[in-house]
Amino acid sequence: MWKTFVAWFHRMGSPKWFYDITGRWIPWFAVASALLLIAGTVWALAFAPEDYQQGNSFRIIYIHVPAAILAQSIFFLMAMAGAVGLIWKMKVADMVAKSCAPIGASMTFIALFTGAVWGKPTWGAWWVWDARLTAMLILLFLYFGVIALQSAFDSKQSGARASAILSLVGVVNIPIIKYSVEWWNTLHQPATFTLTEKPAMPAEMWVPLLVMVIGFYCFFGTILMMRTRNEILEREKRTHWVQGLLSKK
Amino acid sequence: MANDKHSLRVTDKYSPQVISVSSWRAFTGTLKRDLLLVFRRRSDVVNPLLFFTIVVTLFPLGISPESEFLAQIAAGVLWVAALLATLLSLDSLFQQDMADGSLEQLVISPHPLAVMVLSKVLVHWLVTGLPLTLLAPLLAVMMFLPDEGYSTLFLTLLMGTPTLSLVGAIGAALTVGLRRTGVLMTLLILPLYIPVLIFGTGAVISAVNGMAVAGHLAIMGAMLMVALVMAPLAAGAALRISLNG
Repeated sequence: MWKTFVAWFHRMGSPKWFYDITGRWIPWFAVASALLLIAGTVWALAFAPEDYQQGNSFRIIYIHVPAAILAQSIFFLMAMAGAVGLIWKMKVADMVAKSCAPIGASMTFIALFTGAVWGKPTWGAWWVWDARLTAMLILLFLYFGVIALQSAFDSKQSGARASAILSLVGVVNIPIIKYSVEWWNTLHQPATFTLTEKPAMPAEMWVPLLVMVIGFYCFFGTILMMRTRNEILEREKRTHWVQGLLSKK
Repeated sequence: MANDKHSLRVTDKYSPQVISVSSWRAFTGTLKRDLLLVFRRRSDVVNPLLFFTIVVTLFPLGISPESEFLAQIAAGVLWVAALLATLLSLDSLFQQDMADGSLEQLVISPHPLAVMVLSKVLVHWLVTGLPLTLLAPLLAVMMFLPDEGYSTLFLTLLMGTPTLSLVGAIGAALTVGLRRTGVLMTLLILPLYIPVLIFGTGAVISAVNGMAVAGHLAIMGAMLMVALVMAPLAAGAALRISLNG
């Protein structure tokens, strides 16, 4: 079992193998995310019951929460990929980390934007200096830092390693930032989903949300694989197999 | 030091006896050298302090000179100004050594790079963080900080500025080989400074309102310990990358 995993892990480090296998996975992920997102959106917007306090405006939760969850998990994935790249010097891990950053930044922006749109009818203000909002804003700054550092280096390898260190430092800091702003000011409702407790919402409300979250993850997987494949082609363009691939088409 | 267990033994081709230098000697050696360099270029010490003073002066001019109003924002203004002054002085941490090649010598030396980084950060704190901490109570008078806040302001800056220097060293190490590092370093480092700012000003505001500050100070101490252990390692790894690229 362990040996198969190690063998798989090592093969994943080869750009060519990664390119081939993700080429086969992308259609499945794309179809799954399209189905889940369409089903989840229709269910959430048309069939889920209204909130007794917030009316229809609460429905933005079906975009807001998945984007916020992804924003944080993508940062974690980016740091892990960066660590793998630093420790085992795997090129593919560097490329995955690089492809994560813009997607994560977009998700953070979507979470902030939908939060502002939702905040206007609920709290009466586009922006409040609340802990969660501030933490998300800082997360966005961390993403921008990683992206800026990646492009600041002339050598792609050094850029990847430097931003891997920065994202690891960021991962250590995210819980510190989270708790510091939480003690500083809190207005936001507590987390919608936790692994240990039953959601406070009725099932008709949270099941479509869960569908949306899974749909967002599949969508992220699709985009990540597509971006990483592009990155592989770009960086490996001098190799034999990429030349062969290009001349075939 | 010759019998030190942790010493590194280096055989010199020209002298057959074993030369041994402990990591502690490497630490103090770097410390002495850097202090001497700072002493020869004294403007590096004065400029961040001037910057700190000028930024604090801008707030009464830009917002309001009334004492009740300034008393409310005093802690925040002093902390933000200290943060920016530290940030701007970080450029000098590795830049000069990079230009004259001594940074490469530190990297290829047999001692742990983190030890030398720690020594350089200590010098940086001694010449920026410590003077800022000593100057802050004076500027707090000009900002009408209530009397209860002074000791806490001093203590939080005493514990917070070394954390700022340590975390900032990571950013300085990541950007040392690049052109136009100033704005990029701000982008990398300021988000990481936010917890220090929150607890620093939080403690002073609690003290002014007559509440307990021990919790805030304990967290600031914890952040300093984490930074002390991890930041030199991260900065060392970042230096190796910067020198390669």
